[in-house]
Amino acid sequence: MTRPQRFLLRWGVLLALVTWWQLVTAAIDHPYFPPPLEILAAARQMWFSGSASTLFLSQDALDSLLPSIGRLLGGWWLAVLAGVVLGTALGLSRRLLDYTGPVFAFFRSLPLPALVPVFVLLCRLGSQMVVAVILFGAVWAVLLNTVDGVHTVDRVQLDTARAFQIPAVRRLVGIVLPAALPKIFAGLRVSLSQSVTLMVVAELFAANGGLGGELQDARDQFDFAQMWAVVVMVGVLGYTLNTVLLAVERRALAWHQAVEGGQLVDHA
Amino acid sequence: MSTMLELAGLRHVYRGGHAAVDSLSFTVDGGELSCIVGPSGCGKSTLLRAVAGLIAPTGGEVLLHGSPVRGVPEELAVVFQDYSRSLFPWLTVQSNVEFPLRGRATRAERRELAWSALKQVGLADAAHKHPQQLSGGMQQRVALARALAYRPALLLLDEPFASVDAQTRFELEDLLLRVHAEQGTTMLLVTHDIDESVYLGDRVLVLSSSPARLLADLPVHLPAERDQITTRESETFVELRTEVARLLRGVAAPVSVSP
Repeated sequence: MTRPQRFLLRWGVLLALVTWWQLVTAAIDHPYFPPPLEILAAARQMWFSGSASTLFLSQDALDSLLPSIGRLLGGWWLAVLAGVVLGTALGLSRRLLDYTGPVFAFFRSLPLPALVPVFVLLCRLGSQMVVAVILFGAVWAVLLNTVDGVHTVDRVQLDTARAFQIPAVRRLVGIVLPAALPKIFAGLRVSLSQSVTLMVVAELFAANGGLGGELQDARDQFDFAQMWAVVVMVGVLGYTLNTVLLAVERRALAWHQAVEGGQLVDHA
Repeated sequence: MSTMLELAGLRHVYRGGHAAVDSLSFTVDGGELSCIVGPSGCGKSTLLRAVAGLIAPTGGEVLLHGSPVRGVPEELAVVFQDYSRSLFPWLTVQSNVEFPLRGRATRAERRELAWSALKQVGLADAAHKHPQQLSGGMQQRVALARALAYRPALLLLDEPFASVDAQTRFELEDLLLRVHAEQGTTMLLVTHDIDESVYLGDRVLVLSSSPARLLADLPVHLPAERDQITTRESETFVELRTEVARLLRGVAAPVSVSP
């Protein structure tokens, strides 16, 4: 199959599904289930009705959509940073790992949304609470995958580095981290989708705007088209971020895919 | 020639009491290609790791240029058996060869050293590929080029050709001999293949089964120029390989007598 054919087939199914949904919802005319076109109109009205100077973003988009994305990326980035740094330290030290392993296994097993009320108490309501929830919830996937990746670096590679007298810092940056990168990326993907979930859940509590806030408001005002628009927007946001991350991963791990898939990579 | 490497009563006992090497003493002269041959699992690799400073032996000493080895000595390179695990798959062939040179040579020098080493092993065309795009034999050439570019005074080879097919193995053996003749690097090569040890070595050190002790230190009286066919059928070669085989059979587990 050629590329355009694959593209058409994949998106064709989605398009058909939405069209069918449009026909059904228009026919039954139920207030809880507005037709997709109505949802789209609500979305455009809510976020994309601004002037050209703000790239057509409305005031509402600037006030809620962008801050949400900011908290999401900020919290996720902190989680990645903390997870990779701590995970590397733990992965390098067998003893530290033995002591801390059960603690991490426990925290990872906690259902993340259950933590939100705790954070509301600790951080009060506001952006810092949302960021803290994302950081604390998303850090484990990164941390544990990093530990795993660092821990399983091939001994022959490390011996090679030692035999060539490669200094510790360069061993870490030049060998341990690249070798652990496939596992780290697995952690990044999981933590990113967790971050989207946590952002919405935390914002439902935070009550200071953001997508979660808009979801709450729309429901309270029985504006179901707006409510669905927020749901769709969260989905689009998650999908877009994941796609970008996958593209970055494909570039960074081209060598790894060649190892796994056995096919040749052309870097021309 | 002067003594480069000296092992004095080397002994290594692993935790748990398994003695891998016991009271091993020999010297290696500068420029020599010495082959260490012994039965599988006899402690040859332990010996090599002790010489490389990767493990601290529990007894005896390794002296390099007369001074004891503590930690990994300067100007030493190792080629491991498992090329696929010793090369770095995220780097190109060229970068793999240059990697150990960072901090020791300028960018231009690194490029030049890597380039000439790759040319020496016949892989100049593959410089921009990744190791996993190459065959096993070619990957081991990359590992060899990486060691050569480092310009080691002592090159340790741990069963370097045990994981490639027979044809490639002959090619790599001849490549190693050519490099040795061109560069005069002191080499210590560990193998379990008797023929290989005789074909490659200026001398053959025969080890007993675990714990490894020195059974014999045999000079190889073959001409420096060797050939995979004529050398292997020469009388000297056959005599020597038979002698080594007898020595090894004497120490290995009892073998059923062939008719």
